[in-house]
Amino acid sequence: MGMSEAIGPPFWLLAELTYRCPLHCAFCYNPVDFARHEEELSTEDWLRVLREARALGAVQCGFSGGEPLQRDDLEVLVAEAHRLGYYSNLITSGIGLNERRIRALKDAGLDHIQLSFQDSTREVNDFLSSTRTFDLKRKAAALIKSQNYPMVMNCVIHRLNIEHIERIIELAVELDADYLELANVQFYAWAQRNRAQLMPTHEQLQRAEAITQQWRERLGTRMKLLFVVPDYYESRPKKCMNGWGNVFLTVTPDGTALPCHTARMLPGLAFPNVREMNVADIWLRSEGFNRYRGTGWLPEPCRSCPEKEKDHGGCRCQAYMLTQDAGATDPVCDKSAHHELILQAREQATQPKLTEQPLIFRGPAESRRIDQPF
Amino acid sequence: MDSGHPCIRRGFRLQWEEAQQAHVLLYPEGMVKLNASAGAILSRCDGARSVPEIIAELEQQYACTGLEPEVRAFLNLATEQRWLQWA
Repeated sequence: MGMSEAIGPPFWLLAELTYRCPLHCAFCYNPVDFARHEEELSTEDWLRVLREARALGAVQCGFSGGEPLQRDDLEVLVAEAHRLGYYSNLITSGIGLNERRIRALKDAGLDHIQLSFQDSTREVNDFLSSTRTFDLKRKAAALIKSQNYPMVMNCVIHRLNIEHIERIIELAVELDADYLELANVQFYAWAQRNRAQLMPTHEQLQRAEAITQQWRERLGTRMKLLFVVPDYYESRPKKCMNGWGNVFLTVTPDGTALPCHTARMLPGLAFPNVREMNVADIWLRSEGFNRYRGTGWLPEPCRSCPEKEKDHGGCRCQAYMLTQDAGATDPVCDKSAHHELILQAREQATQPKLTEQPLIFRGPAESRRIDQPF
Repeated sequence: MDSGHPCIRRGFRLQWEEAQQAHVLLYPEGMVKLNASAGAILSRCDGARSVPEIIAELEQQYACTGLEPEVRAFLNLATEQRWLQWA
């Protein structure tokens, strides 16, 4: 698809303000080589990006990172997003949130806060983030509620906490969350490095989903429970970012514009920088955003598949990580020639050798040691 | 439902989007693009108007009668979807 007339606006601008983060989560989706991309856009650059993306039609703006609270101009950016008419979302660990800042964010017009927890207990939460943050997160949750914000509590679910899913839901109820997003780990970046440690079995997943459904029925409209199923236990892939270059526009801390937050790993694709190209040209005309847009580029068996409009061949990053070919059919699909790789991963999850490789925690020193960008 | 006054739920926002030529309902990490009739109904859910008042206004604006079943069905759906709260 090369004709800009057929391309709709992005709905979502994900502003990754910084890769700086006080946490060291073993499943972080930031690139494993993030320490090589330490340069950050200035306040002025971000303000221009907000204006250009809004003019193009973006309506949702997510401020994320790293930890976006590490930027001391966050309130300035939120105020501009509010002025422009975005619905603004702060995606945070809660570390750095205090009474003064939450009031300032409220005054600036921030619409909503998503707060991450790693587990329902202090011990596991603090182990998984390799920091002592559980009590701080509870305080952040209380601050969010005190300002009458709708609160989305997010917890990444994996082998090391999936058996605690009931207690995680109970914690969300106790904290009076409006939404609980149980996001089963997707294997990119740091999570891919730790896949042997993090991938649950199919039985664990089914049990967790059943428990979640019981709680849905019990809670009714009091809290919305979202259970995001991991790709590896599906027979069809998900539509990459709801369609590559269709919904999401991610801008990384150094200004690289991406159709998905992990796409920087893909070789041979030129992703433009917002310092050098305006957002409209990036979205409509850049090679990076057009390469996998629509279905015209699809290989076989996808090209002839009656389901191609549903999944667009699946995730490009997953295809690349598993097959070293970003244009291949996502191996999650059972029609893929590489589906065996997924079956092997499922089998390994039933017989994990958890002691052979320790968890690799996200951190600058570890990031500088890593050669491959995934 | 007759005695209640529907309004957009806390954390949700209804706005007209020029780029899409439609009302959109925005909420935490999501959005719904509304068709014209859904936009017309929700834009009147301000916590001040009652359901009969909303119906009367719509029938006047569109110069027709008999909209009540459609409006009530949509308000039920919007309540189930947690888009509305009732004052």
